[in-house]
Amino acid sequence: MAKHETPLLDQLESGPWPSFVSDMKLEAESRAKNVNNVEFQIPQDVIEDLMGVLELSYKDAETHWKHGGIVGVFGYGGGVIGRYCDQPEKFPGVAHFHTMRVNQPSGHFYSTDFLRQLCDLWEFRGSGLTNMHGATGDIIFLGTTTPQLEEIFYEMTHKLNQDLGGSGSNLRTPSDCIGAARCEYACYDTQDLCTYLTQEYQDELHRPAFPYKFKFKFDGCPNCCVASIARADMSFIGTWKDDIRVDQDAVKGYVNGEFPPNGGSHSGRDWGPFDIQKEVIDLCPTQCMKYENSKLEINNKECTRCMHCINVMPRALRPGKQTGCSILVGAKAPILDGAQMGSLLLPFVEVNKENDYQEVKDVIESIWDWWMEEGKNRERLGELMKRQGFQKLLEVTGVDPIPQHVSEPRHNPYIFWKEEEVQGGWERDINEFRKHHQR
Amino acid sequence: MALDYEESKQKIIGGLQKKSKSKSKFYFSDLAKILDAKPREAKKIVTQMINEGILEFWSSGSTSMYGLKGAGKQSAAEHENE
Repeated sequence: MAKHETPLLDQLESGPWPSFVSDMKLEAESRAKNVNNVEFQIPQDVIEDLMGVLELSYKDAETHWKHGGIVGVFGYGGGVIGRYCDQPEKFPGVAHFHTMRVNQPSGHFYSTDFLRQLCDLWEFRGSGLTNMHGATGDIIFLGTTTPQLEEIFYEMTHKLNQDLGGSGSNLRTPSDCIGAARCEYACYDTQDLCTYLTQEYQDELHRPAFPYKFKFKFDGCPNCCVASIARADMSFIGTWKDDIRVDQDAVKGYVNGEFPPNGGSHSGRDWGPFDIQKEVIDLCPTQCMKYENSKLEINNKECTRCMHCINVMPRALRPGKQTGCSILVGAKAPILDGAQMGSLLLPFVEVNKENDYQEVKDVIESIWDWWMEEGKNRERLGELMKRQGFQKLLEVTGVDPIPQHVSEPRHNPYIFWKEEEVQGGWERDINEFRKHHQR
Repeated sequence: MALDYEESKQKIIGGLQKKSKSKSKFYFSDLAKILDAKPREAKKIVTQMINEGILEFWSSGSTSMYGLKGAGKQSAAEHENE
């Protein structure tokens, strides 16, 4: 019989979706049976107590967790989040139930062998419960006690070649899309850039000195599979400078029904024959395409890189060859001021591994210097940009204002001339002026 | 010019002790203000103080703070010092 009655949790299992309650019960049962004779380092019935405290929270309609604390591994200011239960006598198994964030491999590539080793370690020294993956992308280990933290950290760093991720006022674990490894749309090597910057900024990742969290996310193309434009203080979105590459024969192939549109992803139902006018040309947001006399024409100057036509006809259309990334800044979820999307700072940056991504690092570091000095406590970059203005951001990064910084004409006229930028300054000889201009 | 470590350390310890009646956890910016230094310079001092075990990190999960090791109710309440 279960250690605690959990009627409210049981009810959750009756819904149509796979239930985390069923997962917890499975793990509780597995720990109770312990067929592998694991020498559990935290209470064997930790999951029962976890379910017990959750049931109580549902009953009381309030949480029984306290969060935060001084737990961590030596020298690291992030990666471990202290969790304590405020009913430790009733639920001793979860009196300490700390979370560990594990830096996920770039692109979430790992072998089953590596996953097994991680899970074995966590079964042995933690609750066995994981969250694959957290919102930032980390592998999350849910629930262990304070004495286990250093042990787990030692095992991970010495045997699994694996580091903790970021939490608190740190650079958070950088996260990227699957990139050039498996995706033909990738305009730069997201995994290389993500891994490189993770290594380069270890100090920022582990020793908190920022006003608040800071996130990098890397998308290989404007499809934005990791949603960097909405979630990262700094997003790096792959793009191209030249023209979309068109294979006219393949376009005809789509029109003649030889290839399924969208790579066959809508093949579960008969949508009728492919209509290039309706499904591609008319849906182009800048209306920069036409299909006449069996030929597709694109006015590339007007293209906003929405990716729609490429997604529909991947065999016929490909991003250009001169590729790099756009850098956007200031996106965040709605803690203060509501949700904010990233603002375009640099429309095109070469992503050059040869010089260790120097152009990218210069932008990053100038932004950090500004935010670390001017940012208020718990103020995200996007909020500082709103408070001090986009013009200030351009100043600190040394970027010249360009039309792409304006979202609509006359909508955000944030660029103001300064005296030193105007020939002759603000002072002028009014008599000289009046000679040529009547009152 | 690089900050003198011993001098900066005493400044931080003194600064935090002075306020210890009202609070035990401080933002990084509070420490930089005590040192009157640029964040990157201050960080070097603070990191060394952490490594020497004079300061300790405190984290809510989303925000990080610093305190003198063992100071404040948090650690006692968590039975970390027992």
